[in-house]
Amino acid sequence: MKKSLPSFASVLALGAFLVGSPLMAVSALAQGADADGIIIYNAQHASLTQAWADGFTRDTGIKVTLRKGSDMELGNQIVQEGAASPADVFVTENSPAMALVDGAGLFAPLAADTIAQVPPEYQPANGRWIGVAARSTVFAYDKNKLTPAQLPKSLLDLADPSWSGRWGASPSGADFQAIVSALLELKGEAVTSSWLKAMKAGVKPYRGNSVAMKAVNAGEIEGAVIYHYYWFGDQAKTGENSKNVALHYFRKGDPGAFVSVSGAGVLASSKHQAQAQAFVKWVTGKGGQEILRDGDSFEYAVGVGARSNPKLEPLAKLQAPKVEASKLNNKTVTDLMTSAGLL
Amino acid sequence: MTGVATLVSMAALLPLGFVVWITIQTGWQTAIAMVFRARVGELLVNTLLLEAWTVPLTIVLAMTLAWLTERTNLPGARVWAWLAVAPLAVPAFVHSYAWISVAPGLHGLPAGVLISVLAYFPFLYLPIAAQLRRLDPAAEDVAASLGLGPWSVFFRVVLPQTRFAICGGSLLVGLHLLAEYGLYVMIRFDTFTTAIMDQFQSAYSGPAANMLAGVLVLCCLGVLGLEARIRGDERYARVGSGSARMPDRRRLGRATVPCLLIPALTAVLSLGVPLFTLGRWLEFGGAAVWRMEAIGPALVQTLLLAVAGAVLATLAAAPMAWLSVRFPGRRQRALEVCHYHVGALPGVVVALALVAITVRVAMPLYQTVFTVLFAYALMFLPRALVGLRASIAQAPVELERAAMALGRTPFQSVRQVTMRLAAPGAAVGMALVALGITTELTATLMLAPNGTTTLATEFWSLTGEIDYAAAAPYALMMVVASLPLTFLLHAQSRRAAGR
Repeated sequence: MKKSLPSFASVLALGAFLVGSPLMAVSALAQGADADGIIIYNAQHASLTQAWADGFTRDTGIKVTLRKGSDMELGNQIVQEGAASPADVFVTENSPAMALVDGAGLFAPLAADTIAQVPPEYQPANGRWIGVAARSTVFAYDKNKLTPAQLPKSLLDLADPSWSGRWGASPSGADFQAIVSALLELKGEAVTSSWLKAMKAGVKPYRGNSVAMKAVNAGEIEGAVIYHYYWFGDQAKTGENSKNVALHYFRKGDPGAFVSVSGAGVLASSKHQAQAQAFVKWVTGKGGQEILRDGDSFEYAVGVGARSNPKLEPLAKLQAPKVEASKLNNKTVTDLMTSAGLL
Repeated sequence: MTGVATLVSMAALLPLGFVVWITIQTGWQTAIAMVFRARVGELLVNTLLLEAWTVPLTIVLAMTLAWLTERTNLPGARVWAWLAVAPLAVPAFVHSYAWISVAPGLHGLPAGVLISVLAYFPFLYLPIAAQLRRLDPAAEDVAASLGLGPWSVFFRVVLPQTRFAICGGSLLVGLHLLAEYGLYVMIRFDTFTTAIMDQFQSAYSGPAANMLAGVLVLCCLGVLGLEARIRGDERYARVGSGSARMPDRRRLGRATVPCLLIPALTAVLSLGVPLFTLGRWLEFGGAAVWRMEAIGPALVQTLLLAVAGAVLATLAAAPMAWLSVRFPGRRQRALEVCHYHVGALPGVVVALALVAITVRVAMPLYQTVFTVLFAYALMFLPRALVGLRASIAQAPVELERAAMALGRTPFQSVRQVTMRLAAPGAAVGMALVALGITTELTATLMLAPNGTTTLATEFWSLTGEIDYAAAAPYALMMVVASLPLTFLLHAQSRRAAGR
């Protein structure tokens, strides 16, 4: 037996130490080792929420830890965790997950001065969560293949067999599911269900809106139903995934002109109520909304008097349909999409 | 020892038990509605086609390479042998990332089969090459002297003797195809694992995800059963005195150049493409993609998780390894099956079960490092067990008795004799577990504590935003971390064959 080989005995003896110390080290790294900080369940783009968190920490000294996930994953997770949830704040990309958690009675009421920072159309009437940003549905199309006259007039037109195999979307994503929930709210279950069945037959499914846009750019499909900011974000960087792509806004109150509200809410079970409330107030206030205007997220600002990035098509011109955000129902949407075979 | 091994077995049965329990809990009506629907049929067809194409192609490729490198005078055979194992160092989802960078339109079944073959053929190459090295050439000589041509000798004498190696390797490949997530998401090929993740991301731990997991478990059991059937219980053993001579290497003659093309092309596709793409993205990204404030913590946490998980898995496997060597019997055999089956379950199933169990009944453990490590230990238990078992078997109980006769207490003799002899095997087992954890994606995504990032999860979120350049450093680090372990595997398989 060579001396240099570690004996199994010492391996065993080291075992407890080796298992134990990384346990503590990882916990320390993961939790930021700060009991006063807040945990945000974040379904928004990580870079945007990180910018908000950094700004908030800089102004208040309160530390922030993010848990990443998608809207409905984290929303359902909070519901399953119930009162024992480690989350203090929940931030989403779309409203349905907010409505889900609110429906389970898990949000605390927001402070009146926070509510006053955002116009009523971007928050539910009960004041338990609030809009922090907004995004518009678009049809991103290959401008070399389609002329403006050939574009679909309505989101519903895409169910037509003539569009079969020519368009894409990201059906497993929260963004697309929010668009479907708006369709459900505006047109009812029968129309939505048959539209989804036609979609299953005709759509090319991608995972992620940016992947779908890249496919349009590469000529794999002629158009894709995504949100507006993917195009602006790529144009601001290198444009390599969007140089052949143009955006078509459906307007005229069409379901395809749906503007989705990203929300934030404070969990009633949070043990850091003051800090959590302060975060939501900060994000809807001047500091948070300016990050939307100046940063590279290209999402719309929603605060009272807040301006969005000047490159964007103005929110007022989008002619979005009137949808009560708190009524959006993702449970029915996932059930309909599951039975249509899209999930 | 039996008590501890039983405890570990019960822990290992948790995921399977959960799937059964949740099926009953869901109620037959819902369960049937969730299982017998068109989408599940689609996924089943996809999965079966993937298995049916990939496994045979992988066998043919691995067999060809193994024969060329072990049994012919192919120039540079040793180098080609290394290059045939090296693709193991590239995680499957990095293979996929490389291919869609080179050919963005690549998708669906053909892409799935191509990339799977390139990513997984070393799993078959290793055991087949080791077996070919061990064969006694006398059997082939006898066959030839009885009038069989070279091809008949290969198919009737050599091939049957490599059956165990082929079956074992195919099982490993088959199970990987069922469990892999990242590879297939990138090329838009839907399997049960990707569909379960979709459902998880749409509805967390809901009935649809759990029922899909049930079907996936059935697929895994099907693969296990199929392998057991094909393998059969025939024995191949060499009887006779003396040791076998070294097999002859067949002279390729004029076929040398075309034969060289096979390993060369394989190396270009399986190593050249990933390394070229990585290099290109790194060059394109420049210094800006090396954001150490994000990469540093991910690297540290990955290493900590890998070390802790490897130690935990080895500790958990030790009682069973000791029992199965020292007191083999029917009950031990049953316990061993409990230990092994969990390795066949995809990470997504193990994680789904642990999420649901911890959130419902073990809230204090929910979202803790302990739960992630527990999942790793379960998933990689067989890796730890195999190495430990083989090395404990090499420390005969007589040595312990001799030590005791010389005045050591029983505990001292175990510690000073058996454990020391078992150390190299334990180390190899730990290395294998650590390698698995470094590139693990699904269980980490689902179970990681708040704020935890690993190389794999960071790579995954960056590729999700198609920021391929920023993802390149993470991929590079996973490859570099896996390289020494891959070399270790290769060296060990050569040593095991005694050459």
